Amino acid sequence: MSLSFTSESTASAGPSFGLAGLARRAEAVVLPLGALMAGFAVFSLFLLLQGNSPTDFFALVYRAGFGTAFSWENTLSRAAPLLLAALCVALPARLGLVVIGGEGAIVLGGVAAGFAGAMLFGTPAIIALPVMLLCAMLAGGLWIGAVGALRHYRGVNETIASLLMAYIAIALMNHLVEGPLRDPASLNKPSTAPLEDALRVGNIPGWDVHWGLAFGIIACVLAWVLIDKTTWGFAARIAGGNVRAAQVQGLPVGRLILGFTALGGAFGGMAGFFEVTAVHGSANASLAGGYGYTGILIAFLARHNPLAIVPVAILLAGFEASSGLVQRRMDLPDATVLVLQGFVFMAILMSETLYGRFKVFAPERWRST
Amino acid sequence: MSFSSLSRRGFLKGTAAIAGAATIPQLGYAASHAPLSVGFIYVGPKDDFGYNQAHAEGAAAVKAMEGVVVVEEENVAETIDVQKSMESMINFDEARLLFPTSFGYFDPHVLKVAPKHPDVRFQHAAGLWTDGMPTNAGSYFGYIGMGQYLNGIAAGHATKTKKIGFVAAKPIPQVLLNINSFLLGARQVDPEITCQVIFTGEWSLAVKEAEATNALADAGCDVITCHVDGPKVVMETAAGRDCFVCGYHANQSPLAPEKYLTGAEWNWAGVYSGMVQTVLDGGSIDNFVRGGLADGFIKMSPLGPAVSDAARAQFEATKAEIMAGGFAAIKGPLKDNAGNVIAADGEGFAEDDIALESMDYLVEGVIGSTS
Repeated sequence: MSLSFTSESTASAGPSFGLAGLARRAEAVVLPLGALMAGFAVFSLFLLLQGNSPTDFFALVYRAGFGTAFSWENTLSRAAPLLLAALCVALPARLGLVVIGGEGAIVLGGVAAGFAGAMLFGTPAIIALPVMLLCAMLAGGLWIGAVGALRHYRGVNETIASLLMAYIAIALMNHLVEGPLRDPASLNKPSTAPLEDALRVGNIPGWDVHWGLAFGIIACVLAWVLIDKTTWGFAARIAGGNVRAAQVQGLPVGRLILGFTALGGAFGGMAGFFEVTAVHGSANASLAGGYGYTGILIAFLARHNPLAIVPVAILLAGFEASSGLVQRRMDLPDATVLVLQGFVFMAILMSETLYGRFKVFAPERWRST
Repeated sequence: MSFSSLSRRGFLKGTAAIAGAATIPQLGYAASHAPLSVGFIYVGPKDDFGYNQAHAEGAAAVKAMEGVVVVEEENVAETIDVQKSMESMINFDEARLLFPTSFGYFDPHVLKVAPKHPDVRFQHAAGLWTDGMPTNAGSYFGYIGMGQYLNGIAAGHATKTKKIGFVAAKPIPQVLLNINSFLLGARQVDPEITCQVIFTGEWSLAVKEAEATNALADAGCDVITCHVDGPKVVMETAAGRDCFVCGYHANQSPLAPEKYLTGAEWNWAGVYSGMVQTVLDGGSIDNFVRGGLADGFIKMSPLGPAVSDAARAQFEATKAEIMAGGFAAIKGPLKDNAGNVIAADGEGFAEDDIALESMDYLVEGVIGSTS
């Protein structure tokens, strides 16, 4: 059994031009947007039932998420790890694999980066930072790659395996930062040794947003090129659509599974690298911030299209950025934004059943009334 | 000159002067007494019957003050979340005094945000501020180990099995001091009492807290306390197993009214009102503030119905000794539970002794290990 969440691009045969092409492509934009609006509508009803004003709510979300320069910095800072966490879900998903344990790659990537940084004390940043990044990506890549290997060689369900391995990764991180890798000076909050200032990644000039955002966007673009513009990506999409067909065609399904899961994990590890170098300054339990789980939602909303991940991650980061102001102004619990995310997620999943059902998006059926 | 013109001018001048005299100070009053916006940030829910509730009770006391507006946010992670929550309060709520209350908020988050906002005061709950850190940040903390010592006295009188239990989050100095104090308090009653400790590994992990409590009850412990963020699960589970309980962080007596002996509570209401009043009066808060029972930083829950008269007498006597100052719960002759000497006879560590802040041992009589 292979779950398929591939986008319509698999089905689109060759380049399409003019109105017909536009109509085909519009489906991938209109349906998710429609689902988003439906999610908002149901959530508004929920707010009304609770005696709260949806207008106030969305006005606050806009103000705190996108309304001021600070709001944008807030939103984009939160989006940085989400972009990479979403890639960790989206890449394997193109092969039909539902990997939901990106959190594990993030925390282990963070530990690897923190440990490497502590080992490389005194090394020039130009050498140390790439090494740390490499270690983080290796750690994340091996972890999610192992999920792929379990799936390919032993037939272990990758969804369950990745989720359980995320718990193992968090336990392993706790063991490492409280045991072998602990800085003895970190008394009440066990951590690896603090990175020296030279190894702290700073902000994108002129913005109060760290470099993780730029790397996240670049990673999304690269992943899009890989999937949409290379033969590997094409092979992966075939395998995601129909494993048997791919095998019959002689495509290296096993290597694709290992490669795509490992690459997704490497991006998760990269998120951990930025958490340590740009935010925390050392690896500790705060690395388990839940980005891996929000990444699942983002990847599904973006229908596993790496380019779509960018706006979706920014939108969800904006929701999270507004959570505080909503809490303070409307006296709503912090879970309110999670409820909104939940409604949107349900709407998006239900909208999956609508693809191909609207004739307006299928030019070849326009004349057949 | 005519009487009328004099009178009129005089009247106008006079009224102008009076009006001026009346308005200028009023403007001044309004300017310096525009409501002070104070922000509180919690790592968990503010009704957790524990760490966060204790701080939220402090915030509630501040809310009741004149000339103050309080904004609060709960469930804020120790990640970039808290940096942005602080800045959001500064940007959208004009907060000028912030209480980011979780231990992990300080380094690196407060340290990163404070220099960007020199006109905002950041008050953090833990003793982490040192010279050279931003001067608009500060630390405050209380010697709550003394509260666990008093808990121990109540527990020492209540236990029949001479075994008491402790559910602990992590083996870090603050927690170890609480465990050791709890046992040493109990041993003031009966030196044969032992205390079994179980570490859950997390500050908030309800399932493991329940398992640990049940395991302690299974092992024969009949008085149980804890140091986790939200003691609710431990209190209810222990009371359900017919154990007595001693509270921590906040007052948990509503959860187990018959079984609750007493509890070591933070008294943030007093501390926060004092700090806010200082700011309202235009004064400055010291960067490093600490206090114990005597300073009103901590308090004990009212003694429960199960506390005997003998227990009450010893509890009150010891409390008075602590209030008098210089009391040492950790004092010689004392060994750790691996047999190493901690303090020679006559040696002791008073509550404000800096050596207690790097505690890495469990004293003799505590069953458990720090690693």
